[in-house]
Amino acid sequence: MMEPVQADDAGAMLRETADRLLAARLTPQVRARAAGGGWPDDLWAALDEAGLPAAILPEAAGGFGVPVADALSLLTVAGRHALPLPLADTMLAGLVLARAGIEVPAGPLAVAQGSEVRLDHAGRATGHAWGVPWGRHARSIVVLADAPGGPVLLALPQAALTIEPGADIAGDPSDAVRFEAVPSQAAPAPFGAAELRAAGAATRALMIAGALGAVSAMTVEYAGERRQFGRAIGQFQAVQQNLAVLAGQAAAAAAAADLAAEAVAAWAASPGPGLLPAVAAAKVRTGEAAGLAASIAHQIHGAIGFTQEHPLHHHTGRLRAWRDAFGREAEWAQVLGRHLIAAGPEGLWPAITAV
Amino acid sequence: MSPFAFPSPPPSPGADLLRAEIRAFLASELAHRAPLDRAQSWNGLDPAFSRKLGQRGWLGLTWPKAYGGQERSGLERYVLLEELLAAGAPVGAHWIAERQSGPSLLRYGTEAQKSAILPRIAAGACFFCIGMSEPDSGSDLASVRTKAVRDGDGWRVDGTKLWTTNATHCHFMILFCRTRPLDREHRHAGTSQFIVDLSLPGITIRPVRNLLGEHHFNEVVFEDVRLPGDALLGREGEGWAQVTGELAYERSGPERFLSSFRLLVELVRALQPAADARAEIALGRLGAQLVTLRRMSRSVAGLLQAGADPALEAAMVKDLGALVEQEIPEIARDLVGDGPPTPQSRAFAQVLAYTALHAPSFSLRGGTREILRGIIARGLGLR
Ligand SMILES: Cc1cc2nc3c(=O)[nH]c(=O)nc-3n(C[C@H](O)[C@H](O)[C@H](O)COP(=O)(O)OP(=O)(O)OC[C@H]3O[C@@H](n4cnc5c(N)ncnc54)[C@H](O)[C@@H]3O)c2cc1C
Repeated sequence: MMEPVQADDAGAMLRETADRLLAARLTPQVRARAAGGGWPDDLWAALDEAGLPAAILPEAAGGFGVPVADALSLLTVAGRHALPLPLADTMLAGLVLARAGIEVPAGPLAVAQGSEVRLDHAGRATGHAWGVPWGRHARSIVVLADAPGGPVLLALPQAALTIEPGADIAGDPSDAVRFEAVPSQAAPAPFGAAELRAAGAATRALMIAGALGAVSAMTVEYAGERRQFGRAIGQFQAVQQNLAVLAGQAAAAAAAADLAAEAVAAWAASPGPGLLPAVAAAKVRTGEAAGLAASIAHQIHGAIGFTQEHPLHHHTGRLRAWRDAFGREAEWAQVLGRHLIAAGPEGLWPAITAV
Repeated sequence: MSPFAFPSPPPSPGADLLRAEIRAFLASELAHRAPLDRAQSWNGLDPAFSRKLGQRGWLGLTWPKAYGGQERSGLERYVLLEELLAAGAPVGAHWIAERQSGPSLLRYGTEAQKSAILPRIAAGACFFCIGMSEPDSGSDLASVRTKAVRDGDGWRVDGTKLWTTNATHCHFMILFCRTRPLDREHRHAGTSQFIVDLSLPGITIRPVRNLLGEHHFNEVVFEDVRLPGDALLGREGEGWAQVTGELAYERSGPERFLSSFRLLVELVRALQPAADARAEIALGRLGAQLVTLRRMSRSVAGLLQAGADPALEAAMVKDLGALVEQEIPEIARDLVGDGPPTPQSRAFAQVLAYTALHAPSFSLRGGTREILRGIIARGLGLR
């Protein structure tokens, strides 16, 4: 068996820190508190103290100047632990605010996935947004508004928002927010809504990849322990074949997510629609892997995996939530498909190698 | 945490230049080839084309210059391979020699074997076939019965190989056989590999037609065939380890997910100018699969270049790749209606028929799906 290849130091160090921190602090009690939509403030404080939410920011904006792709790879660790906190959203919000030259507020942040926003003459924002991850806990919510001069990025302060709580399929907060004539920090955005949605989709692809790694490992371990007919179920060929498929899906998701992280890193340096095909491919592939792999993991875990007590559902539930967030497979497949068809028969291969 | 690692492929500064060069070459070289010819690619035999690649220095790109190579990176070679396949170039004549026989020789061959054969492979003038399978040994390769026994300085071979692709067009076979009787406790022990000159007396090659009526497969019968002592490749009794090393080269390459690529090209042509949402979504899904596989496959190329042994990763790429290659004709057939024929729709239909009829072999050749998944399960620590 091969040793995992040593990643770039900064990324590996961050991932290790996050992994250790979450292994120690993300206890069943913390999970229970988070499950009801509550806010595990000591866990967030620990993440914050370790500098993880800010890792993606440039030094000028309070970050460590870690390469963006390395900072994003933290999200695979968040996925591995099925983290019930908006680390991804805070990182994404910070990244785009810093890119637009807006000061990044401290604390958890959110990016509104769907929003309808108007700006008045004084630059005050009115509108609503839905499906906002952890909206009720976010210090600021980032939205994109159309303006005559091009898209404008806004950071809406929490105090100005009316929140209607909701939840995603995993039970994590997914809220609707309303706001009226809110003065907010604003700056022209060097990117449009499609790019912002793609960057969000990339964060979910990374978390899916991380969660699938964990699900694959948990399921292999379980198959080695659970005995039926006098032997470990992992000794039955049919079960082995399913585990091999599960591992293959997890590996494909990891490769696809790496692609997305690199595309977002390139985009952060120089925004443009170039990230769309890579992120589309990654969101489709990780979304498909999530569905297939979760169903195999549940099958192999049998009835115990179908219980509240068993931790499997923390991961499989979030796999379902994350594959739905920032665009499902059909939406991104259409983005990629359109791009490939438009390239034409002779341009198809060059379009694929350009991803 | 995972026993599988697909690290980012290392950067390859020379790759973009090479890609542009080969695209230009192929654009003119293949311009006159019909879509159906292009669909055959690594099953398509054209020794003259192989020699042209050799003249350009495009065979054995990574090999030492002393053996006719260019000492370029594995990633550059990868670019070359994928461009050839994506364009549908007829690479079948040299493919096996360049992909696995050459690397095996480099790794296990004697100086004399290397200097005699490698430059000829690199020139596109020497072709190899794989003599592994037999009538009663497919998935269970350790059960081979073809045997070589010592005979003075050399060896005497008896037995029958089956499914030997291109044997009638090849100069050499790398033969996998027993050199000691089967020991039921150690089934993999006592096997060896030989470099067999196919023109030797006692070798009979008989065509076996595939279900399309094409002749690629062959039966190769050895009757009292005398091999010189220097035909042994590597060490006597080490055949199993050598063969499994070879399989990483056979399993991870772009031919493991580009077999149906020409169909995708013709599909895009047939869908133009207006594709509906269903077609866009279907194509996007397939595109996402290909993009991901390509990433994984390049990652394995990087690992091979770094001297790692990515046998598990290669098995995974082949298993996932075959699924996609087999899905492409299934999906494509449903996206193009049966309206009045046009030149595009005729080409599409031909390529579809060809690809769909070949598709069952994608999860057999080079190791069946079930065997690959068994290897992956072993990698997961389950067996
Ligand atoms: C197009 C093509 C080209 C080929 N070219 C070559 C070549 O050039 N040289 C060469 O040596 N060979 C070649 N082969 C042969 C190929 O390697 C074999 O077909 C393959 O190894 C399977 O062997 P088999 O066909 O005898 O099937 P079998 O081994 O008889 O298998 C039949 C079925 O049983 C399943 N099975 C067998 N054992 C197990 C197990 N332990 N657990 C679960 N399922 C199992 C298999 O997966 C398969 O589904 C080629 C095959 C094809 C289709």
